Amino acid sequence: MFAQRLASPFPFRSLPAVLMVAFVLPLLAGCGYNTIPTAEENAKAAWSEVLNQYQRRSDLIPNLVETVKGYASHEKDTLDAVVEARAKATQITVTPETLKDPEALKKFQDAQSGLTSALSRLIAVSEAYPDLKANQNFLALQAQLEGTENRIAVARRDYILAVKDYNLTLKTFPSVLWATFWFRSNEPYANFTVDEDKMQPPKVDFGTKQGG
Amino acid sequence: MRRNANLSALLAFLTVFLPLTAFAADLPALTGRVVDNAGIIDAGTEAALTQKLADFETKGSDQIVVATIPSLDGEEIEPYANRLFRFWKLGQAKENNGVLLLVAPNDRKMRIEVGYGLEGTLTDLHTKLIIENDMVPAFRAGDFSGGIDKAVDDMIMVLKGNPEELEARGERNQQPPVNTDDLVFTLFITIWAVIFFGGMAASILPPIFGQKLGAGRYRWLGMTFEPGRRSSSSGGSSGGGWSSGSSGGGGFSGGGGSSGGGGSSGSW
Repeated sequence: MFAQRLASPFPFRSLPAVLMVAFVLPLLAGCGYNTIPTAEENAKAAWSEVLNQYQRRSDLIPNLVETVKGYASHEKDTLDAVVEARAKATQITVTPETLKDPEALKKFQDAQSGLTSALSRLIAVSEAYPDLKANQNFLALQAQLEGTENRIAVARRDYILAVKDYNLTLKTFPSVLWATFWFRSNEPYANFTVDEDKMQPPKVDFGTKQGG
Repeated sequence: MRRNANLSALLAFLTVFLPLTAFAADLPALTGRVVDNAGIIDAGTEAALTQKLADFETKGSDQIVVATIPSLDGEEIEPYANRLFRFWKLGQAKENNGVLLLVAPNDRKMRIEVGYGLEGTLTDLHTKLIIENDMVPAFRAGDFSGGIDKAVDDMIMVLKGNPEELEARGERNQQPPVNTDDLVFTLFITIWAVIFFGGMAASILPPIFGQKLGAGRYRWLGMTFEPGRRSSSSGGSSGGGWSSGSSGGGGFSGGGGSSGGGGSSGSW
């Protein structure tokens, strides 16, 4: 619409200007004013999914702790560690507004990975209790917990990709033009560090396969 | 000039986005409802499974696909299954009601990956129980076909466990007899053509073919036209819509669904 308003009253005698507009118009239409906001919203949505899945894990924990307590009450240290790590993790929230801050994200990530390791210790400990392992409730919780951990991994991977996409729009041509002239307050989002993200195990590559 | 600009915009669009579409080359192709690349399912079971899964899809639009790959090449099965699920786009786009049963015999691992839309019906616990009770014992005995068949039966049973929900899903996703995309597009074009060319014709044709009544007034086809009096409205909508063509007929393809990592894995 903007393009049309600009183009229609143009007199044809000013050929250079017409050529100029003809040249610039495709840039405006092609690279798109929408690119940056779209990428930003995608990244925010991906972040909400990450939070959502972490929340889901956090919701599972009280039940899990109660169930384990019934069978292995003298594993008090491990149980307390889980409860403590959960309390710590739920305290730290990262809203979309603070996604620009790498420090905030790092704190969030540290708290959550603290909870991850406390949980995996709890699961490891529970291996020693055959009655607990046979408990239907425990089995269900364990399956849910595994599923949630995997969903967290998927959500994190999606977030990493969405943020990469968004940060690229702020830095690469042609959308960088929009970033410099219009979206000046937009800053790149912080991303998860790769070493924390254990989704991709080290691969043995003999140069015969394309990495995916 | 406008057409020129549009054309250039299209070209710019294509140059920017076309290269993005060429990737993910190392994943197997979706050749049918049973993709037995590891060759562990016997032909009779494969045919029966394909029929069973096709029947089930016509009922509730849920897409279940069984895939076997020889090896994961060192990758974990969870991310691989998720990538494959999203690459094949199992399930209908609006429902995300796909299920992928993946077996990697060399790694001795299997996974049931459930699309977003079915996570509430086919829960993590269901998939875990199906893996542990149906597949693991059969696979340990070397009976891949039997284990997979039983797992598929149980998955279908669980998904049928909520019949109203299943039926509603099926009705929402019935294949329309005519491609609605095309119909809507044609209608859209027709209406715009009538508005654009109708206005143009009303101002151009009466002076040529009509009968002159006065200054700027013409009579044609029993109507009176006053082309000069009416200020021709300038402008209009710019740009057309992209209608994504749906691949029709023939082989089996994913409906556009996605998965967020639901389901569970096991090993034997």
